[in-house]
Amino acid sequence: MALRESSLDPKLASLDTVLGSGLGYSHVVQRGQTLRIVDLEGNQAVDTLFFSAADPSERYSAVDTIRAQGAVYLTTGSALLSTEGNVLLNIVADTCGRHDTLGGACAAESNQVRYALEKKYMHSCRDNFLLEIQQRRPELSKRDLTANINFFMNVPVTPEGGLDFDDGISAPGRYVEMRAESDVIVLISNCPQLNNPCNGYNPTPVRILVW
Amino acid sequence: MSDKSEDWLIQEPLRGGQMYSRVLKRGQVLRLTDLEGGAAVSALLYNADQPLERYNMPDTLKAQHIVRLTAGYVLYSDMGRVLCSVVTDTCGWHDTITGVANAALSVQKYGEGSYQVLRNDWYRNSRDNLLVELGKYGLGKRDFGASVNFFTKVVPNAAGELSWVPEHSKPGSLVELRAEMNTLVVLSNTPHPLDPAPKYTAKSVEVGVRLAGPVAADDACKKSCPENERGFLLTDAYFS
Repeated sequence: MALRESSLDPKLASLDTVLGSGLGYSHVVQRGQTLRIVDLEGNQAVDTLFFSAADPSERYSAVDTIRAQGAVYLTTGSALLSTEGNVLLNIVADTCGRHDTLGGACAAESNQVRYALEKKYMHSCRDNFLLEIQQRRPELSKRDLTANINFFMNVPVTPEGGLDFDDGISAPGRYVEMRAESDVIVLISNCPQLNNPCNGYNPTPVRILVW
Repeated sequence: MSDKSEDWLIQEPLRGGQMYSRVLKRGQVLRLTDLEGGAAVSALLYNADQPLERYNMPDTLKAQHIVRLTAGYVLYSDMGRVLCSVVTDTCGWHDTITGVANAALSVQKYGEGSYQVLRNDWYRNSRDNLLVELGKYGLGKRDFGASVNFFTKVVPNAAGELSWVPEHSKPGSLVELRAEMNTLVVLSNTPHPLDPAPKYTAKSVEVGVRLAGPVAADDACKKSCPENERGFLLTDAYFS
């Protein structure tokens, strides 16, 4: 846990928007800009991918990020590495304490495996990702959807090799903030999952700010 | 390798530093044997009939509540289907979360190790090896996801901090994957980036392919959790 507050003033943000649950979103964050995601009502997973805006085949890599920092959870001080080993963003403030990057995004098909065959109709993060890139990011496709970050999501691992989706450790108003070290496309799904505690069984809006 | 060598459709070496790929047909078994101990074989896997469907690390981990692979677990695709099952394992833990080395990491750790100087003992790395092999199928960087790192063990503590486990894979240890779909398997046998050995040492591995028997109703991988029972149902439905 590396809790750190930010001194940035929301009134001075160049972008300030609220994203309802179950929606996708994307935006280009310029090098030197700071992105903040606020968990407005608490325990809301925010599935997030990053791509180099200059060459989207270079993108966030969960496994390179984990290996380089020698730890599985993300928090203040975590450098979000690309598939080429470059730092895309640095997490510079975090009032939640830890974020997941092993749990991936929910999908209709994985919901069938995890919960029940009849769950296929339910809304999912991958559907959000796919619709957002189909509509607004023609440079991306399903090939580019790899292991993402789940901000505010709690997925503890054990020395015995276990992994679980647990009750969240976030709370209303907690946020995470990261500084872009190159121009990046941020692709977000505000998670609609209703089958596990990642959203407290009640998906809620998040706020996105950029300075 | 086998009691009856005639059972093997393929038996060939995977030398230290080498890459490899093969379409494993549904119902075939791929065996990897760590001949010397201490090998590290990185793998990416795809539906050979539609490579847009591929091994998905998070879906594999969360469906089975694991961060490592061993016998009884399966490798899920991103489409809710089982690409391969781990039917045999004498090693106990195969890493899924720490990726592979690239050229920069390799040079930083071991020095250049160029082909010009070392010829075919040059210091190859898994990022480049896997890209070469992917290129043979029209795949590339955008298809490069989290790998399975066979024969390596990296353990998290309660705080999520990782430790490399030395001398994890013993000489002769082996793992067998049974293909539940026609699976393109792409392999690279090069040192894992967390291996603290200061000298570049890639170990000899043997690859074997044989036919699997029919998947029994009480198959250990299928029955290891309700999620896998559904995963097998969905996979069978795909081929129905």
